[in-house]
Amino acid sequence: MLKIDIERSMLTSEGKCLLKVDLEIANNELLCLFGHSGAGKTTLLRILAGLFNPDRGFISFNGEVWYDSVKKINLPPQQRNVGLVFQDYALFPNMTVRRNIEFAQKIRNADEVDSLLSHFGLEVLQKQYPTKLSGGQKQRVALARALAAKPNLLLLDEPLSALDYEMRLNLQDEILKAHKLLNSQTLLVSHDKEEVLKLADTVVVLRNGAVINQGRPVDILL
Amino acid sequence: MVNDSDFINTLLLTGKLAGWTTAILFVIGLPIAYVLSYKRFWFKSLVEALISMPMVLPPTVLGFYMLVAYSPQNAFGSFLEKYLDVRLAFSFEGVLLASLVFSLPFMIQPLQNGLVAIPRSLREAAYTLGKSKTETFFKVLIPNMIPSIVTALAMTFAHCIGEFGVVIMVGGNMPGETRVASIAIYDEVQAMNYDVANQYSLVLFIISLVILTVIYSMNGKKKMLF
Repeated sequence: MLKIDIERSMLTSEGKCLLKVDLEIANNELLCLFGHSGAGKTTLLRILAGLFNPDRGFISFNGEVWYDSVKKINLPPQQRNVGLVFQDYALFPNMTVRRNIEFAQKIRNADEVDSLLSHFGLEVLQKQYPTKLSGGQKQRVALARALAAKPNLLLLDEPLSALDYEMRLNLQDEILKAHKLLNSQTLLVSHDKEEVLKLADTVVVLRNGAVINQGRPVDILL
Repeated sequence: MVNDSDFINTLLLTGKLAGWTTAILFVIGLPIAYVLSYKRFWFKSLVEALISMPMVLPPTVLGFYMLVAYSPQNAFGSFLEKYLDVRLAFSFEGVLLASLVFSLPFMIQPLQNGLVAIPRSLREAAYTLGKSKTETFFKVLIPNMIPSIVTALAMTFAHCIGEFGVVIMVGGNMPGETRVASIAIYDEVQAMNYDVANQYSLVLFIISLVILTVIYSMNGKKKMLF
């Protein structure tokens, strides 16, 4: 269970606003953060990863406190063990596809790397460098790399936003595959209704930093 | 006329000064560039301005202040003489220290530019994968800024071999100790030994051309990385 109860002031194109989120996310749930740009979706994801600090609040994962402003607890990103897939994928340009995945492993295990490469159809690309890959290929490598670290929580920051329609449809299946492989919670940031309807168990709608609706995607978005 | 061994020794001394300056500045320049690239503090602009000062100051001004600092009548020089029995004025070590100060921006600025050009998400991805800041620095940042590192090393080295004002102020013209190629050229021209001056000039010209060609070729590669 992931518990989030945080506040952080944000500066958006429409001026200052307060990101205020109080959520509980059950195990094995794929939750989608939905909303227009500037709603606070990415900020929330970065707070969960430990890359941004909230102004105040509390975050815990399966009973382990990640952040508590009262008790002054704030685990750094290195100790939260989250798998974050960035909008730009953030693959390391100096490493091959295989090395990117190996680098993420806490304990080197070549069989697991082979298995991830095979799961995401990357065997033939394993010796390529990221600059030679297409957007869809990069996204698959980013997913495989995130899973290689065996994260507690998978965070996906609009991973399909830069891709064309057909590619998005194919890669939505890859995201579901990654979620099932991980067997834990996944938070996906999206502003694409179709994507949310296809992927999410639960959707949380954010507007100007506030949760304005949450529930099953079919109930909220249709 | 200058004999061959003087010619070679002067060039070796020039290379020794440039080599030591480049090596020492690389080691101290990396952490400084890291802090200037990623940390925020209120006097950061002042630090950046101080590091860049040698780019706008006449070398003689810097040389003059270094010479004053080395004097045993002042705190720094007196400390060195009293506790370490070292006199820096008109010595290779004195010229080296002045060279470190004078060449600092040529090392720091390319390294800083290289670090700033690396997308923040690469560092953050490494952190979320459990990598420490040190491991991220050596395994992610450094390998992705090789062109900037080559530029920094080459610029510092090239700038060093052409130093004149600071060296003559701090070190004078002592063969085997402080007489580097740029000073030798001036000296030989004054003595009307144009052939020898030409030999030194040609060597410096070729070294500088090779170094700049390396820098421009690395800059081409830098654009392809991100």
